[in-house]
Amino acid sequence: MNAPNKSGWKPGTPVEGHNAVSGPDTVTGNRALMLEEPLIFEIGGPDTTGVDFAAGADADRLASRLGDLARSEPIGLPGLTEPETVRHYTRLSRQNYAIDLGLFPLGSCTMKHNPRLNEKVARMPGFADVHPLQPVDTVRGALEVMNELAHWLIKLTGMHGVAMSPKAGAHGELCGILCIRAALEAKGDAREVILVPESAHGTNPATAAFAGYRVEDIPATSEGRVDLEALKARLGPDVAGVMITNPNTCGLFERDMKAISDAVHAAGGYVYCDGANFNAIVGRVRPGDLGVDAMHINLHKTFSTPHGGGGPGSGPVVLSEALSPYAPLPYTARTADGVVHLVEEEDADSFSEEHFGGKMQSFGRMTAFHGQMGMFTRALTYILSHGADGLRQVAEDAVLNANYVLRSLEDLLHAPFAHSGPCMHEALFGDKGFAEGLSTLDLAKALIDEGYHPMTMYFPLVVHGAMLVEPTETESKAALDQFIMALRSVAERAIAGDESMKSAPHYAPRRRLDETQAARKPLLAWEGELAPSGRAVRSEVGGR
Amino acid sequence: MRYLPLTDADRGAMLEKVGAKSIDDLFVDVPEEARLSGPIEGLPMHASEMAVEKHMRRLSKKNLAAGDAPFFLGAGAYRHHVPASVDHIIQRGEFLTAYTPYQPEIAQGTLQMLFEFQSQVARLYGCAVANASMYDGSTACWEAVAMAARITKRDRVVLSGALHPHYAEVVRTMAKFTEDEIAGAEPALQSAPDNQGLIARIDDTTSCVVVQYPDILGRLPNLQEIADAAHDKGALLIVVNTEPVALGAVKSPGEQGADIVVGEGQAIGVGLQFGGPYLGLFAVRDPKHVRQMPGRLCGETVDAEGKRGFVLTLSTREQHIRREKATSNICTNSGLCALAFSVHMTLLGEKGLRALAAENHRLACIAADRLAKVPGVSVLNESFFNEFTVRIGQDARAVVRKLADDGVLAGVSLGRLFPGNDALADGLLVAVTETTTEEDIETLASALEGALS
Repeated sequence: MNAPNKSGWKPGTPVEGHNAVSGPDTVTGNRALMLEEPLIFEIGGPDTTGVDFAAGADADRLASRLGDLARSEPIGLPGLTEPETVRHYTRLSRQNYAIDLGLFPLGSCTMKHNPRLNEKVARMPGFADVHPLQPVDTVRGALEVMNELAHWLIKLTGMHGVAMSPKAGAHGELCGILCIRAALEAKGDAREVILVPESAHGTNPATAAFAGYRVEDIPATSEGRVDLEALKARLGPDVAGVMITNPNTCGLFERDMKAISDAVHAAGGYVYCDGANFNAIVGRVRPGDLGVDAMHINLHKTFSTPHGGGGPGSGPVVLSEALSPYAPLPYTARTADGVVHLVEEEDADSFSEEHFGGKMQSFGRMTAFHGQMGMFTRALTYILSHGADGLRQVAEDAVLNANYVLRSLEDLLHAPFAHSGPCMHEALFGDKGFAEGLSTLDLAKALIDEGYHPMTMYFPLVVHGAMLVEPTETESKAALDQFIMALRSVAERAIAGDESMKSAPHYAPRRRLDETQAARKPLLAWEGELAPSGRAVRSEVGGR
Repeated sequence: MRYLPLTDADRGAMLEKVGAKSIDDLFVDVPEEARLSGPIEGLPMHASEMAVEKHMRRLSKKNLAAGDAPFFLGAGAYRHHVPASVDHIIQRGEFLTAYTPYQPEIAQGTLQMLFEFQSQVARLYGCAVANASMYDGSTACWEAVAMAARITKRDRVVLSGALHPHYAEVVRTMAKFTEDEIAGAEPALQSAPDNQGLIARIDDTTSCVVVQYPDILGRLPNLQEIADAAHDKGALLIVVNTEPVALGAVKSPGEQGADIVVGEGQAIGVGLQFGGPYLGLFAVRDPKHVRQMPGRLCGETVDAEGKRGFVLTLSTREQHIRREKATSNICTNSGLCALAFSVHMTLLGEKGLRALAAENHRLACIAADRLAKVPGVSVLNESFFNEFTVRIGQDARAVVRKLADDGVLAGVSLGRLFPGNDALADGLLVAVTETTTEEDIETLASALEGALS
């Protein structure tokens, strides 16, 4: 078995019979550093506040220019003082797993280290404290950031243009598909179908449907790649385009990508590439060289702006020469004199006339203002830190780490595409060989007890009990070795039929949660009344 | 490279383990003609933390920060004081570097926070249920329109002329592709919102009416009569709010009959950030509409030991389960901005929010009265909260630019928002918050006086 670190040091393991869970119950429901925490509604009151105002500020002095709409009813919002607030959220935070705590092997999600310089830069007053509608002469630096990042994204992908405003990956997908639709409509060519592989992220078919297209599946080969011949057979005058993830969600590079693009173009369609997995190839391959027409880039994945517990993301879309004219407003453009312009609805036509020979015909606006500026500053900071050489190394180390995981586990876990060549940034396993009654979910929950966030599960849909492991490049070899040791251990238990896995996790802040009850009787907001005075004691709520 | 832990010795050992002679062997599936042989040319190489920080600081200095000037901009993004503890909490790694809480046993921190957030938003909006956030107000507005079409099975949308033009533009753009029919309008510079004109446009084919509150000119429309008229025709009322602080002073949209309430949450906790990331808020008054809602929902349940816990729920609405039949394609939303909102709102509480709203309104009233005394300036609004429209008798865009040159960020000209509409060109939208001082107001008044004389 691998040593968990270079020195050979190992954590102590419990002496048999002295397991941590076998101690006495506690009156608070707490277990030392594992602290229960009530809801703000249970500890806050309507008369408590953690914000002071200058003397003279007082709700009772509300002048009346509010028409007849002054609020008369209480809102029902609880308040806490600052120490109580800080403690509440700090206690909550400790119930979360996070990349700062350990390896986060979520396939297709690219949970890598988030450098803190990015956070520092985003908080510079010249970026954080700037209004989106200030006169452009007062925000030239912000426009330069957008333009500099746009330049990098275009160079790294070998594309022609980029739309910066999409708010996240799925919003970027929508942007790309709308560009395709606009380009086809400009030719008077109404098409109805978007082809999407079965292994695609759920956002792909949802996006195509949202944009008014019918979605059809593209079949895959037994080696886990798009079936080029079947795709060619389906192409025709009704197909607007294809949405392909490359590297794909089986962790494989689509070898035939160029041939796919050529076939789609020959049939009059366009190629959308889901860029969620760009981390595997940045600096090694440019999607523009593979015939891609549009690809979103998740700045919160590849370029390490934090995931934040579910966003915000940012999803700029790089575009081919054919699609660039249809990019959404607003956009920035640097003219020959070096000045970066902000092009909005009002000057779009004249700017196009003057600088693009009238070719720009934007399909419209996807969001208020200009996009996720706070993510642009972080992503540009990250990109400049790595540089062209460092980004290439990112892809290489990400791919090496994933292959190391794949080859360290394929003897034990079913790896359906291990024979299809090297994987890219993620390794895919299935549940074949698990003992009767034990599932991927059980393995994942047992992995939680070992101190890891589970891998992506049951995705892609093409592999039974799929487990998609993406270690990323920011893990050391020692960290990988320890993860592999843990994953081997739980895999062995799953194969041996260890029943205790069915009730895992045992050591997390919560045991398995009843999702059926949550959906059957949805309780989506706190429905009680606030206690006007005297608050709940912490031990009365939240605990057992 | 400081973010990459592998050493060359590690790489060598690992390549051996995977049976590759060099890293190039792992990229063999890339077509040879597309392989890059080295770093992409024309781009700089890696740089030290110090060098990158210096470069970015230089760019940041080319912007005029709102805090460095008398500042009066609003129009959907508001500058409020954010307590220091908010930023401290959102920078805790357990929140900042967590993923979407798909593994609830080790994500109760994010999940409980989202449940609290949903509860705060629902109460603020006077609704039953709020979701766990959308990208921003404008995209939430379009999602509400799409949801109304699903519920009413109608596709004619009536937009108030006083809806934020970016929001209207997003709806128009999306509707081009979904074939919804959008009946928009331009705002008229009237002292009160034209409710009767809006009501007259509602008919039996209308899926929804979209009204902003307070509206883009800062006025406060009475929503109840619009709700009644919409409901009479079987249409839904969607209310858009871009300044949540206002709801500390005025009646909630839900209590006036709004069916779907959406808005921009940026004003609480998030900061200006040149337009993003912001925070889309989305709520419904009637719980029966929950299953048509877009986006994530967090719900309460119990774990195997009977302890209370929280999970993402009703996910059969969502793209990762329903794929092309999902209610929306949204996946990543604005989790960390929701946390910032929720922390700030917890610090405020009912008492603090009301005091904050009162202070905003008090200062706005002082500003309106002071600006009305400037020769050539008249205040349009009969009603307002912390933002109002003044007419200055000449092209406001030019005046705003001139004042910016003099170091005063005077507001948002209606010409910037509604380019090409000459009737609005002399309108200036002025927002006043608790961060505005009476000295700032005096500076603006005299600067305007100078510019107009």
